[in-house]
Amino acid sequence: MSESNDTILRLPDQSTAQVPKKNFITAEHGLLSWLLTGDHKRIAMLYLFSITFFFFIGGAFAGLIRLELLTPQPDLVASDTYNKFFTMHGVIMIFLFLVPSVPATLGNFLIPIMLGARDLAFPKINLLSWYLYVIGGTLTLTALVLGGVDTGWTFTTPLSTHYLNTHVVTTATAIFVAGFSSIFTGLNFIVTIHRMRCPGMTWFRMPLFVWAHYAASILMVLGTPVLAIAIVLVALERLVGIGVFDPTKGGDPLLFQHLFWFYSHPAVYIMILPGMGVISEVISTFSRKRVFGYTAVAFSSVAIALFGFFVWEHHMFIMGVSNYSALVFSLLTMLVAVPSAIKIFNWSFTLQKGSITFETPMLYAFGFMGLFTIGGLTGVFLGSLGMDIQLTETYFIVAHFHFVMVGGMLMAFLSGVHFWWPKMTGRMYPEAISKMAAVVTFIGFNLTFLPQFILGYLGMPRRYHAYPPEYQVLNVLSTAGATVLGIGYLLPIIYLAWSLKYGAVAGDNPWQATGLEWQIQSPPLTENFTEIPIMDHEAYDYEWLEHKTAQEVTTVG
Amino acid sequence: MDSAIATTQGEAPVHDAGEHEHVYLPQHRHHFETEEQQREAGSFGMWLFLLTEIMFFGGMFFAYLLFRNWYYDAFVAASNTLNIGMGAANTAILITSGFFMALGVWAAEVRKRKLLVWMLILTTIFGCAFLGVKYFEYKEKFELHHIPGTSFDVSQFAHPPIDEKTGKPVGNPVPEDQLQHTQLFFFLYFAMTGMHALHMIIGIAILFWLLVRAQRGEFSAGYVAPIENFGLYWHFVDIVWIFLFPLLYLINRHPLK
Repeated sequence: MSESNDTILRLPDQSTAQVPKKNFITAEHGLLSWLLTGDHKRIAMLYLFSITFFFFIGGAFAGLIRLELLTPQPDLVASDTYNKFFTMHGVIMIFLFLVPSVPATLGNFLIPIMLGARDLAFPKINLLSWYLYVIGGTLTLTALVLGGVDTGWTFTTPLSTHYLNTHVVTTATAIFVAGFSSIFTGLNFIVTIHRMRCPGMTWFRMPLFVWAHYAASILMVLGTPVLAIAIVLVALERLVGIGVFDPTKGGDPLLFQHLFWFYSHPAVYIMILPGMGVISEVISTFSRKRVFGYTAVAFSSVAIALFGFFVWEHHMFIMGVSNYSALVFSLLTMLVAVPSAIKIFNWSFTLQKGSITFETPMLYAFGFMGLFTIGGLTGVFLGSLGMDIQLTETYFIVAHFHFVMVGGMLMAFLSGVHFWWPKMTGRMYPEAISKMAAVVTFIGFNLTFLPQFILGYLGMPRRYHAYPPEYQVLNVLSTAGATVLGIGYLLPIIYLAWSLKYGAVAGDNPWQATGLEWQIQSPPLTENFTEIPIMDHEAYDYEWLEHKTAQEVTTVG
Repeated sequence: MDSAIATTQGEAPVHDAGEHEHVYLPQHRHHFETEEQQREAGSFGMWLFLLTEIMFFGGMFFAYLLFRNWYYDAFVAASNTLNIGMGAANTAILITSGFFMALGVWAAEVRKRKLLVWMLILTTIFGCAFLGVKYFEYKEKFELHHIPGTSFDVSQFAHPPIDEKTGKPVGNPVPEDQLQHTQLFFFLYFAMTGMHALHMIIGIAILFWLLVRAQRGEFSAGYVAPIENFGLYWHFVDIVWIFLFPLLYLINRHPLK
């Protein structure tokens, strides 16, 4: 056992330690045992593979976009091909990566364990949502192979319904199906959190990770069906040719915007809230302190979910909505910043006087806090009416949501994957190279997206494949950053795969963390707990853990 | 595990609980601690699913209300051509079907297999009857050229036919600029009733499956969750119709005028 102060990592004696022979991975063998499994941990693994696959496809499109923007002239691809690139990048990254990223992988794996349950409430529906995800993904790839779609991920009407001849209906079906995957995941989480908590696990003893997922699940369950119906109407309008959204036929394109953003704004909270849950766990563990203001952080998740439903019109300020409603929505938009700030401040106070160590998950978490703050604050710029008219539909907005989604959510996802990797696989990732990857990601990210704030402020519009030559320097910087960022994302794939076989054996609780998931073996048994636990302490109670560990030593000694 | 994490109830085999004689149902799933937990989780899940369904239909109701306000005259004229007799009959049929479903849930709870099977059969029959009436209603729209699309005919709204009894036109002609918007009404009519009918069809398919299982006696030995939850779904489909009927058929009728 190392007693050094710069890490809390405690691994078992490597010469004798072994990954437990009996665990959820070795419980059954063969492809079918995975494809027909009801085990939430195996389904989480299936999701992890599939979303990684789609992440790299979406990432490839991002690379192509940046490559085209290296030069002012449209020289790599034709303009309509470029439109297909950013559409595919958006559709894949949002619906097939960001929305399911943390909930379907880490959430699926951890929520039942954190609650002291054997599985989610509906294992078969959990598997069904993975299949729906795969069908949605396959349909998206079909649309891609058949020739792509160029509506942008927003499916703006009447462009998407009347003026384009690409595979809108196929992509719409894909999103419809993937949407139901997300609805069923959310439903499963809510029921599990309400009904499957172990004895003693009161609402305010739940880890904040669970609270964040609870809030995100509410958004999934209430928001996604509205997207589904909006997309059904778009598909029907294309097929039948009726003008619900077509102004020349008396329809209302703004109606589509309202229905679409009623989902798609809360969707950004579906994407970010689970990430915030990860950060709460990581910050607490690596500063050895209970999360400051636990109750406030828990309620701020719910507040974000609640406010999140009443701000969608800020995507439509320049679309001809009434000035008075724009005023109200602008105010409400700024109100969302309050619960988000509560989180950031509480994490900072958690760090204060904590015994901070800088392992990889913590580095990613620091990245999250900084980048999410920038992304969130620029969101307040965009929420104010005057600024929005100047900045919307420019690269400023592109930079803003990439700071939140990539700088925020992706950092949180990677933080979580590294943090729980020993729990999921029983083996440690290599610490030195992964720290480097975290730093590379951070540098690459800033190099990519900081110049885009300036570009947008100077007036470069989004979704164009050519630009005036004076913007080139910043665009070159951005493309260079994207290359660095790409390396930062490839590294974890390589060393995490390596660690599956060669990583150090992690033991039950390498981070000395307090969560229930760390008190069982890693990787866990199929049924998680041999006996259903009784929760008799608050979340993040490090004294309880110390007491427990002390006892263990006495027993062994 | 340690002292703080103590045992409640393991995966212990069935009949060993001394203090109360408790027999596990064969349908009890391993990851639930108790059957009550399983039943509560199931019904809570169903309620949540119905919540998503409300949001799903909500989008269409919203579109309907918006366009009804914008194109009031067109929507009034189009709404008045709907066959109120068939609509009312269907409302009655659907409520009856829901009544039998409720009796079915009761039959399962009091463990009467035969009664449950009969109630499910009656529910199915009335459900199919609803779809049958809907078929004739759609057919009527087809004959009147009220199906949105290229063959849509607005002449009935431009020149309302003369009522034989009163000798006056049945309604005011729709203003020229709103004529095409009657099509919007029928599009929403077909989208909403069509989506409702789709839910009925899915429901009837599930009913057949439940019938087979009920016949085998699966729901007459204390395990009633699937019947209960399907009942919730079926009543939800009823309620959607209860909102659709006045909104589409009744809202512009003034029989006393």
